[in-house]
This record gives sequence, C-alpha cells and structure tokens, in this order.
Amino acid sequence: MRRNIHRAPLAVASALLLGVFATSCSTEDPTDDTSASEAPADSAESPEEGSEETESSEEWFDQEVYDTQYEQRSATFEGNPEQPWLQYIDGEMTDTSKLASKGAKKACFANASISNPWRQTGWITMNQQLEVLVDEGVISEMETRDAGDDDNTQIADIDYFISEGNCDAFIISPNSTAALTDAVERACDTGKPVVVFDRGVETDCATTFIHPIGGFAWGIDTAEYLIDNLEEGDKVIALRILPGVDVLEQRWAAAEKLFEENGIEAVDYFTGADPTKIKTIITDELNKGEVAGVWMDAGDGGVAAIEAFEDFGADYPVMTGEDEMSFLRKWEETGLTGLAPVYSNFQWRTPLLALEKIFAGEEVPKEWVLPQTPITEDERADYLEANEGMPDGHYAKFGGEDLPGYPEVWQERQIP
Amino acid sequence: MSTPASTPASTPATTSGSAEAPESVRRRRAARPRGARRLDSTALIYLVLVGVVVASAVLTAVEGRNFFTQGNIWAVLTAMSVLGLIAIGQTLVILVGSLDLSVPYVVSLATLVAAGGMKGLDSNVPAAVFNTLALSVLIGLVMGLLVSLLDVHGFIASLGVGLIVSGYLATNYQGSHGAAAPDLSLLGRSGIAGIIPTAFIVLLVCALLVTLVLRYTRLGHHLYAVGGNREVARMSGVRTAGPVIAAHVICSFLAGVAGLLLLSRTGVGLPTIGSQGRYDLLSIAAVVLGGTLLAGGKGSVVGTIGGVAIFAVLDNVMGVMQVNPFLKDFVRGLVIVLAVAVYARRSVVRRPPRFGPDRVLPLPVPLLASPSKPTDQDPA
Amino acid sequence: MSAITSTPDRRDTHVLPASEGSLFQRLLRGAVTPGGAVFLLAAVLFIAVVWANPSFGEPPQLIRFIGRTAPIAIAAMGQYYVIVAGEFDLSMGAVIATQVVIAGNYIGDDESRVLPAIALMLAIGAVVGLVNGLCTTLLKVPSFIVTLGTMLALGGLVRYLTGGAATGNPVDSFREIGRGGLQDVPVLDVLPYPVIILTVVAVASVWLMRSPFGRTLIASGDNPDAAGLAGSHVWWVKTRAFMLSSLAATVAGILLVGYAGVHPSVGAGYEFQAITAVVLGGVVLGGGRGWVLSAAAGAFALELLFSFLNFQEVESTWRNSVQGLIIILAVALAARAWTLGRRPSRTPASPTPSAAPSPTPARPGTETGEN
Repeated sequence: MRRNIHRAPLAVASALLLGVFATSCSTEDPTDDTSASEAPADSAESPEEGSEETESSEEWFDQEVYDTQYEQRSATFEGNPEQPWLQYIDGEMTDTSKLASKGAKKACFANASISNPWRQTGWITMNQQLEVLVDEGVISEMETRDAGDDDNTQIADIDYFISEGNCDAFIISPNSTAALTDAVERACDTGKPVVVFDRGVETDCATTFIHPIGGFAWGIDTAEYLIDNLEEGDKVIALRILPGVDVLEQRWAAAEKLFEENGIEAVDYFTGADPTKIKTIITDELNKGEVAGVWMDAGDGGVAAIEAFEDFGADYPVMTGEDEMSFLRKWEETGLTGLAPVYSNFQWRTPLLALEKIFAGEEVPKEWVLPQTPITEDERADYLEANEGMPDGHYAKFGGEDLPGYPEVWQERQIP
Repeated sequence: MSTPASTPASTPATTSGSAEAPESVRRRRAARPRGARRLDSTALIYLVLVGVVVASAVLTAVEGRNFFTQGNIWAVLTAMSVLGLIAIGQTLVILVGSLDLSVPYVVSLATLVAAGGMKGLDSNVPAAVFNTLALSVLIGLVMGLLVSLLDVHGFIASLGVGLIVSGYLATNYQGSHGAAAPDLSLLGRSGIAGIIPTAFIVLLVCALLVTLVLRYTRLGHHLYAVGGNREVARMSGVRTAGPVIAAHVICSFLAGVAGLLLLSRTGVGLPTIGSQGRYDLLSIAAVVLGGTLLAGGKGSVVGTIGGVAIFAVLDNVMGVMQVNPFLKDFVRGLVIVLAVAVYARRSVVRRPPRFGPDRVLPLPVPLLASPSKPTDQDPA
Repeated sequence: MSAITSTPDRRDTHVLPASEGSLFQRLLRGAVTPGGAVFLLAAVLFIAVVWANPSFGEPPQLIRFIGRTAPIAIAAMGQYYVIVAGEFDLSMGAVIATQVVIAGNYIGDDESRVLPAIALMLAIGAVVGLVNGLCTTLLKVPSFIVTLGTMLALGGLVRYLTGGAATGNPVDSFREIGRGGLQDVPVLDVLPYPVIILTVVAVASVWLMRSPFGRTLIASGDNPDAAGLAGSHVWWVKTRAFMLSSLAATVAGILLVGYAGVHPSVGAGYEFQAITAVVLGGVVLGGGRGWVLSAAAGAFALELLFSFLNFQEVESTWRNSVQGLIIILAVALAARAWTLGRRPSRTPASPTPSAAPSPTPARPGTETGEN
C-alpha cells in the first residue's frame, strides 16, 4: 500500500513532465521587441551599461535632463493656475481623436503601493476625483490592484488587467522604471489609452506620461536654497529615504553636484524615513562637530531631525523638508530658516482627468509636466491655514479642496 | 553548542524515562519520511486548498468574474512560481532543522549578476546563468558550513549572510542594472496554451526532482534523519554535516533560479526585488502552511507546493475583490496562524522543541530534580 | 550604561560555590563565556568610539547615548525572555508601531488622557503577548509562525484603521517620558528618563530571573518535558514570557514616541535588532542558556558599533554587512565558548565536588540558571 501512495504523485508528476516536453514550450504571445531600452521620454536613469563599482551620483546624474528641468522651473505653464493639476508645459501633444468614445468607461489602475504618507494622501485625492467623474458619467468604475511595492506583483497586475480586467483604459503608477517597461508596453499594445504617472518607464508608448517637473528640479531648488543661506565650507547632512528609486536618486544627484561645486560639505545617509534613525544620525553628527544644514530628499521624518538639534542643544540648522504638514508645522513653531520643496501631490488627480479628455477626443500632452514650486516662508502661513485640522502625514499641495468630501475625508484619512 | 559526550534529551522519548534506545527513536522519527500520518496531513493541506479555491471561485463570481478563466489561472500559477521555487529550497533547509533568511538577497543578487552578465545578448546567456547559479551555490555553501561546522544557528547564519549580501547590494547597485537576454525574456512570457506559464513548469520540475531526492536517495533519508534529531543521526553513523550543507546549497541554488525567473519577467536586475517580495518570511510561512515541521525532520515538498498555492489563491481573490492593501496583510497573518493551528492540533505528535535538537542535557537527571540548591546559593 | 556594566560577573551555581575561587577568578571565568564576553565587547567598542570621537566620552553625551539606546535595550531584554524559553517573538516591531500609533491618535492634544493611554497601551501589549503565548503553547503553532502572523495581522490592522499614518504627535507631557529628563544633575547635566526606566527594567529583570519564575522559564527553554515533569506549568510560564516581551515592546514604544515622535516606520525591524542584540549577548537560540543583562549589553554593543561606523565615516550602506559579519562571528565564537566555559566542571581533574555524586560527567543544566 505504501508503494502505491508514493507512486501516485510520482506518476502525476512524470506525466506532467512528459506533457511539458511533448508540447515543448510552445512559446505563444511573443510580444515584439524586448527591453532594449528606447530613450526614455524623461528620467533617463537606469545605468544600462554602468559598471558595478561606480559612484552612485554619477549613475543617476544626467546633464541633459538636469538642464531641461533647470529650465522648466521657470517655464510658463498652460492652463488655469487655479487648477495646477491641469497645467502643463507646451510641447508635443497626443492626438486622441481615434480614442474618443461615448459612455461611461472602466478604468484599471495598477498602483505601486500606498506605503507612504505621500502616496496615501494622493490615493485619497484620486478616489474623490473618481467620485466626481463617476457622477458625471465619464467613468463607470475604477478597478485597482495594489502591488505592495513589488515589481513582480505589479507586472502580474498589469497582465491580469490586460487579460481579465475588461478595461477601457489603463492608469499605471510604476513601482520602478526599467522593470515595468515591458508590462506597460503590453498594455499599450491593447490599443487602449494608457496613462502613466509619477515614476516613469523607458518607453513613450503611453498616451500621456504625467509627472511634476522632476527630481533634478527638486535638487536644484533645495541645494540652491541651502547654498544661498550657508557659508562655503559649512556642513550639510543629507537624509535620504532609500537608494535606487529614480525620483529620489535624481533629487540627490542634482543636490550633490551643486553642493560640490559650491564648496558645501555634504554627508548623505539612508534613513528609511525612520525618525529613530534620523535622530541617531543627527546626534552622532552633532557629536562630531557643527552641522549647519539639513537636506532631505523627502520631508517625511523631518520633525525628528529638527528635534535632534533641540535635544542636543544646538542651533537650528538651515533646512529643506517637504510640504508635509508635520514639517510645515514644526518649521513655523521653531522659526528656522527653511524651505519646503514640493513633489506635487495633486498629480494624483490628473490621470483620471486625462482619461476624461482622452475619451472626449481632446488632445493631451505626450509628456504632461505639472508645476512644481516649493513653499517659501512667506507662503507658509497660507498653507497652514488652508490645511488646518489635517493630520501630520497630509501634504499641503494635495489640491483636493474643490472635491466632494473635503475636508473630512482627508482629515480622517479614509482609505478605500 | 553541541557536546558530543552527552545524549540528546530533547525528544520526548528520552526524557520520559529513557526507556527507548536512541535507535528506536531514530527509527520512529527519522527513517520513515513517508507514512500514513504524513500523507494524511498532505491530504489535509490539499483539502484546505480545495476549500480555498471553492471559496475564491464563489467570491470571484460575486464580483462578476470567473475564477477559472485562462488569464486568471495563468495569474495564479505565475504568482506561485517564484515563491514556490524558494519555498522548495526552504523546505529542505527546514527539514534539516535550519532556516534560510537570506533568500531575498540571494534572489536580488542573482537578478543583478545574471542581468549584468547577459547585457541583453543571447550569446551571453550560458555564462551568465552559470555565474549566477555558481555564486548562489557558493553563498549556500558558506551558510551550510557555518551551520554544520561552526555550529552557528541557521537563523543567525542566514540572517548574517543575508545582511552581508544586502550591504553589498546597497553599496554597489543603485537601481536597476544590466538587461536580460531576449531569449530569457521570451521564456518569461511563454507557456502552454495560455494557461500554464513556463515558470510554473520549472517549479514543477524542481519540485519533482527534489521529491525524488528526498524519497529515493541516501541524501534524502539523511536529511530527514538529521532534521529529526541531529545527535541521534550522528550517533547512528550519519555524517550530519553533509545533509545540512546540501540543503543550504540547494536552497540558495533554487533562490538563484528564482532570481533568473524574476529577471525573465522584469528584464533588468534589481537590487531590491527580493526584499520587495518578502520571500524570506513568506517562504517559511508557506513551508509551515504546507505541513512541514518548523523543528525539522517531518514534511514534504508536495505539501509546500500546496501551501504556496493557498497563498497564491488567497492573494488572487483579494486582488479581485480589491481588498484594502493593509487589510491583505491582516488576512495573510490570520490565515497563517489559523491554518497552522489546524494542522498542529491535528497531528498531536509531541515535537521536539523548536530549535536546537542538539541541545545537551544529562540523560538520567531531569533538569529540575534539584533546582532549589543552586537557586539558594546564587550570590546576589 | 552604569546599570549594565556593574554586574558582569558570572555567579556560580554549583553546590559549593565557595570552592570556585575568588571574585576576581569568577569574573575572569565569567568573561570567557559569551554572556560575559559581550560586556568586554561593549567596553572595547566604547573605547574605540571615544578614540574616534573624544567628545562622545563626556558624561552628558554619554548619558544621552544611553538614553537613546534604552528602547532597543529594553526590547532586547523582552526578547530575551522569549528566546531563553526556546521561542521567538517576531511581532515586536508591529507591537511598537501599534503603540506609537495609539499614543498619537488616542492621546492627541488631550493632557488628561496620558495616564489612561499608558494603561491602555500596557493592556494591549499584555493581550498581544497573551495571544502569542496561547497560540504557541495551547494551539501548538511554532512561535516563529505565530508571531510572524501577529506581525502581519497587527501591522495591517493598525495601518488599515488609521489610513496608514497617525494624526500627529501626542502632547508634549507624554513625549517627555522618552525625550526629557531630570535637569541639573551634577556631572551628567541631564539624566534622561529613559535611562531611569532602563535601570528599573534591568533591575526588575534580574530580580525576575532569580525568582522561581525565572528558574522555571530557563528550565522550560532548556527542556520543556523535563520542566513539565518537574511540576511546572510550561504553557503558562512560556505565555508569561510572551507577555513580558510584548510589554517590553510597549515600554520601548512609549519611549520611542517621545524620542522620535509618531511615525508608521517607528519600530520597523526592531524584532531582528532585538534578536541580534540577544544573540550578541551570548543567549543561545533554542533556549535554556544566557543572562538577561547580557541581552541589554548586546544592544549597547550593537549601537556602539553603529556609532563607531558613523564616526569612521563608513558608508551607511555597509552597515548591514558589518552587522551580519559581527553576529555570525559572535555566535560562532559563542558556540565554542559555552563549551569552553563548561569544561572545568567536566574534566575529571576538576576540584568541583559537585560533579562527583552525579552519574553523568557534566551538569550543564545547572549553569543555565544564571541571569
């Protein structure tokens, strides 16, 4: 009897194996060319042939993109400044007349994750925008799959949408640039509208790619501010969230270059946005000597950095954070010299509004560059007032004031 | 950790009066990897799987979808492939009484080394694949040696090696690197009849091979023996180092293969792809969900595949229902504990303590026979 | 660190401790065991850090360092209870994150809620520990799996209920616990509250490990069957160990709210840090061996190491690698050293008369009663 027991699964397995070789990998679905990288529309990072041992900043620095974003900081934006989420820099437009279609459409959204406050805030805004468009009969429903920060899952999510989703349009917020390129191209191959936003991919097949100016602009704004407010030879601590994400790496690549050129001594650390780590790092640095400035590639956890100076009894540094409420509040409370750069959170509204335009047959920018202006000390009071009652993890430039549910939904952080 | 002079007392048999000779313990625990009881628990796992599938099909239907469409089955099987391969390796490591927490980093390293070696050219594939797998094997070998010869607990050895590799990855790779060969990418998209992805076939072949090794080879039997009770196995003439090293080597090798599979999907090497998938803890959870004892010595690859399938189906249906991403983790955690509780209660076998089956204790003297004396005389 | 370095001596538990030599000899012998060696390691690292950066050695800076290490040291002591009982607690980070969020959302700006909140947090900590313990002991699910499940479930639930992020920091009076201290203390300048809490926890832990509970706990870790036969309720002893672990995580969480503020990533990875610290302290995974203060010393050694790397301007990305190398080395050496430390009582030439009545050559079990 025992022999039978273990023979059975064995037989099944060998049968399967035979079947495999009989059909011998009938490679169906040979989607055209492979990832032989096309020049990315923007964000030309990802060191395809970079040697393993090179310096990080060299890998991520791209003079051409840097120059473009440097210019875009002072560019004029088309559209109503009251609705920055619909503004764009004049450029190539995508003709969508062939995609025009009547009736409510189903959108399929492949989201990278909602694992940080910035993404959570944006996700709430997006859902309120969806509510409006559903009421208007533009969108019938939006099906969302959350990849939980995993490239592999997001690729599977997109493939699932293509085969099972019954989607009329795709919205993709890629988890990483190079890895998602093939999957986005497969979505494009369906012939349906594809909207990519936030991080980019290495293909320009998407109907529109929505993003604020970019990481280099952030780096330039912040580094120039620190350079203006510090002396040559001063020390700046750069607090970075994590390595390897293009939008974050570009911020540091630009800032590092400027610090170097202007004689600012900058030391960078990865913190994972963990305030415990941030506080420890700053304290150790203060132990070593004076710290004149703090630079952050994202303001999350900025409060802990300021508190480290308080607890140590040191003077406040010159600091750049982000438009997260926690930083704005602490900034006002302490009165330190600072700047709140912005990675426009309102971009989460734009993809659905872009679909509205696309289905109406209106042309949309091929690369939809949204405004990205830092909050200065003069503007701070206005934003604090406008966002009173919002939680600390809320972002001042979330751009959802005219949406239903404002302000309760954001105050209570109702995540669907 | 292990002192050769003493007898293991961590098995119930020896402590409950030392009536049984070590040989009989060994026979009962280790020499019979297959038995009615294990089959029962494997059957139970698949019963649970069927239950989960039925529930998922119903829930999917409520959402107005069909669970059994080509695309959905393809999605489930794809989701199983990578975690499945890693879980097979993890099964071996756990069977032999160790653990492997380094798999995410080995997976990431594999994608980087392979992609860096291929540089997008088919002609580079053999060399790149060889290098990748050789490197993986080397990492497994280091862990195996640490565990078997230096007596470092598997948890620590693999955690340490994993940390070392992660530091190397973080320092030397910023973002994606290299490019997969077109052939490999094609493989990643290929399959049979649009239902069974090639990746899943790779999983099945590996599962079959490992099952054969476990059942019909000396190595396989020794794996169970050493996992059941390392000390007893040693005294019975088994060279305990061999199976431990082999298990770790195979586990890292399979993690390397999993890395290649991931590369075939992503097209580029990624330094964080392994950590993104949380393959360390999820693979251990899948193995235990599949009925393998975390203490070692009892379990099967067939069960593990069942455990992986339960996870994959669960994730699939939660995706279809658009469950809040945070709630997904809640459900996963709950399912892990509840499912394992069902098995654990059912097989009321008294297991050896969780880890360290080689712990020493003098045989005839129960530990607490005279606890008061040392306590009293302990200086303050 | 004063509370910790003061008791590095290995106390003898043999029948006739008087024959075991002078205090100096015992200190020396204690230092050879992993549990003692970690104090030496911490001392060496401390000297290295001061050498790299002399201002670190000034009392005010030093006491701040001890204050900021208190949470991980307390967590390590909590993890020690579970590990010495032969189990794991992976849910520690999730418990800390939960407590941090509760502090932020429940207390908010309401001064009067501080005390109820502390009570609530301790109650929740105890319940989580109880669930972990009962699932492990009564449902017979391996603790690794139970606490992994708790980690996922608790982390997910808290994020679900709060929309991923807490409203904001609680009132300053609550944060003072982890951030403030007694002012105008001579020499030290400030005596941070976390240092006081750490001292209290350390003293309580030593006392606890000397109590019958501590003895039974170690016995349960070393050999649950024997402990059971000897009449102890192993399930209840182990369950209490889980509760202590979760309570330690709760205390660490309260300190961290003060130290770092409310943020969902506070506590992330604490379970592995705590396990690393415990292991560095020479506590054997699998249970039955190790001292509770060594676990705390392990935490200090780890933090000193990180500070040293910082001062040496080692790229922060290499930090993981160094940590990995250190724990492997520590455990590999410990595996040798525990054997070495036992050797005197095993050799026939040993003057220890306690070995004589026993039919077996060694009684390593009696050594485990140390803390």
